[in-house]
Amino acid sequence: MKRGYPFFLVVLPFALLFGVVGTEAGLNLFDVLAFSVVVVAGAAQFTAVQLLSENIPTVIALLSSLAVNLRFAMYSASLTPYLGDAPLWKRAAVAYLLIDQAFAVSATEFEKQTEWTTNDRLAFFFGAVLVIVPFWFVGTLVGALVGSAIPPEFALDFALPICVLAMIGPALRTLAHIGAALTASVMSIVLVGMPHSLGILSAGILAMIVGAEIERRMKRGQA
Amino acid sequence: MIDSVSLWIVIIGLGIGSFSLRFVFLGLIGDRPIPEWILRHLRYTAVAIIPALVAPLVMMPTATDGEFDIPRFLAAAVALLVGYFTKNVIWSMVAGGLTLYPLLYLLG
Repeated sequence: MKRGYPFFLVVLPFALLFGVVGTEAGLNLFDVLAFSVVVVAGAAQFTAVQLLSENIPTVIALLSSLAVNLRFAMYSASLTPYLGDAPLWKRAAVAYLLIDQAFAVSATEFEKQTEWTTNDRLAFFFGAVLVIVPFWFVGTLVGALVGSAIPPEFALDFALPICVLAMIGPALRTLAHIGAALTASVMSIVLVGMPHSLGILSAGILAMIVGAEIERRMKRGQA
Repeated sequence: MIDSVSLWIVIIGLGIGSFSLRFVFLGLIGDRPIPEWILRHLRYTAVAIIPALVAPLVMMPTATDGEFDIPRFLAAAVALLVGYFTKNVIWSMVAGGLTLYPLLYLLG
């Protein structure tokens, strides 16, 4: 459980900001909290709120935000060897709570603790999320309460870009990550005229391919 | 203003979709191996989609009706660079905010 502690420090400001950004976009307290409880995924929630306020078709707002969460399939795949034989309802609970921080801390720990049983691993996972996820919910609510009191002069329109860029900086670990991020930025500006903000999704998919291709070539170079 | 029907379609759709993505291997596929090329693409989703979302907001902010804005651009650049070099999300957000407000005050 202790390993979850540093992460609530990261989650809390994002939760507060999501609450603020959500109310700025015109959502009420219940909408904002529902977002956090139903979706439980910061970056996708920010994306969804931004796109919803841009008057584009609902389906495209949904698809683009869902694309941000494709990484969860990778998390799910990496935890399966460790938790695959747990009862179905427990695996479903793990899936619901499988946020970035919980995955990061569990995946590294499961790899180290080779003698752990599935039950030990489940206990570790739930212990970790117990000190992270409640902060996400409560932080969202507090942010929404505070957000409705902040006047527009504070340029909160830009809280979202700064907030998500802060997540991206540390994620740029390799040349492939940088290549993907750069492709995405340039292409999304080039394609900004595409109808219904489809440029975001197109640029994103193209950038994923570029990232994967750079990784493949670099591995071949080392071999 | 966000239309409430669209809002709930997105909240519920994104909730079901995100859960399905998290559950797909743990719950359904079990321990069958996943092709390496799929995993390789999934690794880059976050660093691909998020910059695609943010780049137009940075270069053409909605608050200035799409006009390039020096304070917002520099704040974004500082947040990204501080995040990249310190690997610290909090410092990055703080640095971005501390760049934005004085510049908005001076130039705005």
